[in-house]
Amino acid sequence: MDEPSAFQLILSGDPQLLAIVRLSLSVTLAATLVAGVLGLGLGACLALTRFPGRQGLVIALNALMGLPPVVVGLLVFLALSRSGPLGFLGLLFTPQAMIIAQTILITPIIAALSRQVIEDLWAEYKDEFTAMDVPGAMRVRALLWDARFSLVTILLAGFGRAAAEVGAVMIVGGNIEGFTRMMTTSIALETSKGDLPLAISLGIILIAIMFCVNALAWGVRQWSVRHAG
Amino acid sequence: MQDRWSYKDAAPQTLLRLYNASLRYGAVDVLQDVSLEISAGGPVILMGPNGSGKTSLLKLMMGLVAPSAGEVHCARSRVSFVFQKSVMLRRSVAANVAFALQAAGLPANDKEIHAALAQVGLSYLAQRPARRLSGGEQQRLALARALSRNPAILFLDEPTASLDPAQTKAVEDIVMASAALGVKIVMSTHDIGQARRLASEVLFLAGGRLVERAAAESFFNLPESPEAQRFLAGDLVISPEVKS
Repeated sequence: MDEPSAFQLILSGDPQLLAIVRLSLSVTLAATLVAGVLGLGLGACLALTRFPGRQGLVIALNALMGLPPVVVGLLVFLALSRSGPLGFLGLLFTPQAMIIAQTILITPIIAALSRQVIEDLWAEYKDEFTAMDVPGAMRVRALLWDARFSLVTILLAGFGRAAAEVGAVMIVGGNIEGFTRMMTTSIALETSKGDLPLAISLGIILIAIMFCVNALAWGVRQWSVRHAG
Repeated sequence: MQDRWSYKDAAPQTLLRLYNASLRYGAVDVLQDVSLEISAGGPVILMGPNGSGKTSLLKLMMGLVAPSAGEVHCARSRVSFVFQKSVMLRRSVAANVAFALQAAGLPANDKEIHAALAQVGLSYLAQRPARRLSGGEQQRLALARALSRNPAILFLDEPTASLDPAQTKAVEDIVMASAALGVKIVMSTHDIGQARRLASEVLFLAGGRLVERAAAESFFNLPESPEAQRFLAGDLVISPEVKS
């Protein structure tokens, strides 16, 4: 019997394919959620506070946007390995380890971009807020709310970066079938094995997800321009 | 620096008092030894050529900047400010007013919001995104935000500088209606015609100094200072940078 093609795998809802997609989405969504909380908090803090060393932190954060995934993978591997400082947690080669790696990878991106957005908005609002005597907590809430569309776009960019990443999750997840096999790691493995239909079908789905994420980001932008000015 | 700017009320009949107030940015003195009192009454118009210190004086009076020397006494909780180019929050017209009310610790219910918008004729645009309003409508919304706080003094920094005549008239009408309701207007402008229309009293600045203060009629008919005479005659009065 002929091997099913990539499209047949997708259209038939191949269980193996669906399991890989499901795991990939859940790991990446979880990492985006955690990185969103950490990154937006750090970005807002850096945008609105002044302290010694802040400029250095901003430069470091910007530099960390280009973190090589394999280096992140290696560091998380060393930390979670049996002899590492977090080895007692027993997380190596689990989905949680992949969430940690992806979170480390995209937190600087979300923090650096959100800092810039919030700082620009603060520069615009500063005199008006001071004149209105807006209390501190209300200022932060207002800035986050008024920057919400840009911040959602940043979160989507973080999601996209995490979803497309392969090096870090390969190292800390181990690419174990049915347990830590993600779309990107599967593509790499199946291609090397010569199972091209599965690799191609995963590639199509990954590209479709990226397309949807970018379309969503564009939609958010358009909606914000139309409804919030 | 902060202790020179007092949050205490000035004397009851006096809404605001400056005593030998100076303001310096780096090596440049933008305001020098300004002393004045502002009491309840008709609109006070700040006039002077570009760079004379009008905006700096307004910001000093409002408490947006602290004096480098001297004292400013004003009840800050009872003042509002409208900028030359007001910043609209990225939300609806009604939500902009609600925000101003909340910031002032006032109830932001529909009745209050509607009353503030009705005062400036923007009720019909309540749900529109504020940033999609025209320039004149945005200034009227800025006025609604400022007036919703029930200020004793309303500072306005050239609020009609970039507006067409119809929009300018709409803003002026709101300003005069507010003055009639007892809000003290302190407004800067370099538009002599507008000053004639609105002023009850004129403060004339040149080179960072308050060179003349007079009732409007007296100022426009018989200006005392040479700078004011030249300004009213249409001469170019160039403010020198005052370096210490």
